[in-house]
Amino acid sequence: MSANTQAPTLPLPPRDITALAATLLELDDMLVSCMRCGFCQSVCPVYGASLREADVTRGKIALLENLARHIITDAESVNDKLNRCLLCGSCQANCPSGVRIMDIFLRARSIVRGYLGLSPIKKIIFRGLLVRPGLFDGFMSLSKTFQGLLIKDNHNAAGTCQAPLFSAITGNRHFPALAKKPFHATTHALKEKAGSGRPVAALFPGCVSDKIFPQLAQATLRILRKHQTGIFLPSGQNCCGIPALASGDRKTFVQLVRQNLAIFNSEPFDYLLTPCATCAATIKEIWPGFREDFSPEEQATLKAMSEKAIDITAFTVDVLKAELPESAQGGRRVTYHDACHLNKSLNVSSQPRQILKSLPGLEFVEMPEADRCCGSGGSFTLAYYDLSKKIGQRKRDNIVSVKPDLVAAACPACMMQIMDMLSRNGDNIQVKHVAELYADSLSGVDS
Amino acid sequence: MTISPALIKKFSTVVGSTNVLTEEADRQVYSYDAAVLAPVIPALVVSPETQEQLGRVVKLAYEADLPITARGAGTNLSGAVIPEPGDGLVILTNRLNRILEINAEDLYAVVEPGVVTARFAAEVARMGLFYPPDPGSQSVSTLGGNVALNAGGLRGLKYGVTKDYVMGMEILDYRGELIKSGSRTVKYVSGYNLPALMVASEGTLGIFSNIILKLVPPPKAQKAMMAIFSDVNKASETVAGIIAAHIVPCTLEFLDQKCIHYVEADAKIGLPVEAGAILLIEVDGGHAQMVEEDAQKVMEICKKCGSTDIRVARNEKEKNDIWAARRNALPALARARPTTVLEDATVPRSRVPEMVAAVNRIAEKFRLEVGIFGHAGDGNLHPTILCDRRNTEEFHRVEQAVDEIFDVALKLQGTLSGEHGIGKAKARWMEKETNRATIEFAKNLRRALDPKMLFNAGKKFV
Repeated sequence: MSANTQAPTLPLPPRDITALAATLLELDDMLVSCMRCGFCQSVCPVYGASLREADVTRGKIALLENLARHIITDAESVNDKLNRCLLCGSCQANCPSGVRIMDIFLRARSIVRGYLGLSPIKKIIFRGLLVRPGLFDGFMSLSKTFQGLLIKDNHNAAGTCQAPLFSAITGNRHFPALAKKPFHATTHALKEKAGSGRPVAALFPGCVSDKIFPQLAQATLRILRKHQTGIFLPSGQNCCGIPALASGDRKTFVQLVRQNLAIFNSEPFDYLLTPCATCAATIKEIWPGFREDFSPEEQATLKAMSEKAIDITAFTVDVLKAELPESAQGGRRVTYHDACHLNKSLNVSSQPRQILKSLPGLEFVEMPEADRCCGSGGSFTLAYYDLSKKIGQRKRDNIVSVKPDLVAAACPACMMQIMDMLSRNGDNIQVKHVAELYADSLSGVDS
Repeated sequence: MTISPALIKKFSTVVGSTNVLTEEADRQVYSYDAAVLAPVIPALVVSPETQEQLGRVVKLAYEADLPITARGAGTNLSGAVIPEPGDGLVILTNRLNRILEINAEDLYAVVEPGVVTARFAAEVARMGLFYPPDPGSQSVSTLGGNVALNAGGLRGLKYGVTKDYVMGMEILDYRGELIKSGSRTVKYVSGYNLPALMVASEGTLGIFSNIILKLVPPPKAQKAMMAIFSDVNKASETVAGIIAAHIVPCTLEFLDQKCIHYVEADAKIGLPVEAGAILLIEVDGGHAQMVEEDAQKVMEICKKCGSTDIRVARNEKEKNDIWAARRNALPALARARPTTVLEDATVPRSRVPEMVAAVNRIAEKFRLEVGIFGHAGDGNLHPTILCDRRNTEEFHRVEQAVDEIFDVALKLQGTLSGEHGIGKAKARWMEKETNRATIEFAKNLRRALDPKMLFNAGKKFV
């Protein structure tokens, strides 16, 4: 790695509280714009479940200001509060003073994490596995081989299973099993020419689609082929980086992004397409926010990639201009959950609905609070499962209230959370990605 | 912190140990509210869930001589829930959030103090009824907080404010005993009018345990419009003209030139930036034709008083567009600079032009950016000073400007606060609005109901 590709933010000397406070003060211009109105209470899913001020954005910003000014020196407990956040962006989308909350929280997590040091287990996962796609895949493949011995199928519409022997780790979570074969094992690299006048899409399936829902990545391919879109699928793709960054590991985040930049820079394409709401929002919103960590050449690639990033539902409606006449025939009831990273980060909410309303054999019904967070938040659900369940239960109750046969989302992480919640409640409701439902309606295309 | 472990244990026995917050990080987030004032970190925070627990917490705290501050959503703008220094105790009311009864026959509701205003209003609307008070913070504010501060809102002119909807309440006194006041009936003379005394008491006389609120039938028709004026005087004459014609709009809002400028720069909604003032007017009523006639009359008055342009909403969408100007006022001002000092000195409505002129003079004198919006029909304006609280020199000028704004408001026979409260922010000004005897009277009253002066001691009358 050449000198100019090094991240400019030097690691903090561990446990130096003065250095910690001084680094946090760099965020002061962003922190000070919070006027303490408290309006974030009305939309914060975590506050909604706990009713504790330390769980809402106003409280967290106050604690960061206090940590920066030595009013509190207990960085460990401030870190705990910071982590009790789904990074759903609901507060930022509704903040009257326009505070750049996501930017504050991601930077603060990495600064405080730099002071406290990364936990040994996260060090292994992020720095040992995640940045080495081959090794990561090998580990996941080993897990998959043994999961058959350890988990039991729930035989329900949600398609979940449980791992009773490991409830200490899984929290008796109802989760979809790892796919028999991940997407990248069946579909290596692809380069397919575009039909005349059609765009070329680079496909970024994302980790969850790759390892848990490969059928979603396949469905995405079916849509692209139906619309004669050119396809560029490079092999050796890395995670988008958000799990590492959310855990305060900016170094790993930068490494993952850097590797992705190199991989995708090898071919020209018009759009960077993903069926994952979180990956789309990360590439489009978060990557450019940390451009200072990259070399000038990388920054140019990063800017181009983030401008081209788009989720599959917006791509289908806005780019492919798919014909989606409203279907009148009715049928199975489908409702839609707005993934926060699509709706609040990227303002995509009408497109998935337009698709669902057009599908034959389905009747679209709107659920109450469709845009309220499901409580997944990536690693949030691992660390705070009880809180996550409480938030998820509200989502589940809203879903069930409209008596659907299936619930659609456009985010694999939300899908996992919703599957868990429905399964725990014994609800017989299927969970599908909008792209899967749309792909199923298309005929005459091989995947 | 000098609160003994034994006392903490007693609180824990009442509310459960997870609802007694002793950790530094947990306490520090209850050191502020929405006022731009120095925070005070409480020594202890307790979160009861039932009215019975609330009573026991008050009793324990009072016996232990802890200064008590009850807190709902912490959204007030006067520092009314900033804890007291020393061993300050914060009692959170937000888990007392049950709507106990909505009575559609007798038009009242009984609520716990931690119910969120907007949730209550929505629940009431679902039953075909109407709870009009709509403070700007209604999406998060609690009804207990609304009553304690006598919260207002946009509908004050026609529908009144929180005080006009409080029929009764149960109060916990300093011994933690339950005191009953008011009733579920329209008429009530059997006791002292304690509910009226408790409204706007800012947590200084006791703690609300539950509240009986009046409901009304909703209006059946509305009509919204925006009238544009070249100067403030014409807008103000229009307000006077509307009232003189015996029309009472449900909302009659005002934006001054600077405010229009900030909103348009931030939100780009097509406001006339060259205008001197905008009035946003909505008439409503039980009969569509009557509302239509009122709207026509209002338009004629606007024209007669020199409005250069009137935009009438023909449908929900256009109504929404018209109100976007008002909705965006505070966000636009708040985004312009890091700190937003939102004032609320109020004058008789005929003195609004003098008040606006005086605020603009003061802004110039202290070299400050000030936008003015607010409830023109109520004479309740919100001069909003844009600054950076980290800049001590600038902030000193802000404080001086606020002092002068109060001076002018009082000279114009107005009041220090129309709806934000006195709290910590304006307590030292109270004698100027009233006199020494009034302060003594209030303190005597306080001492009778709070012998140790532990209920939010540094607020309202000091």
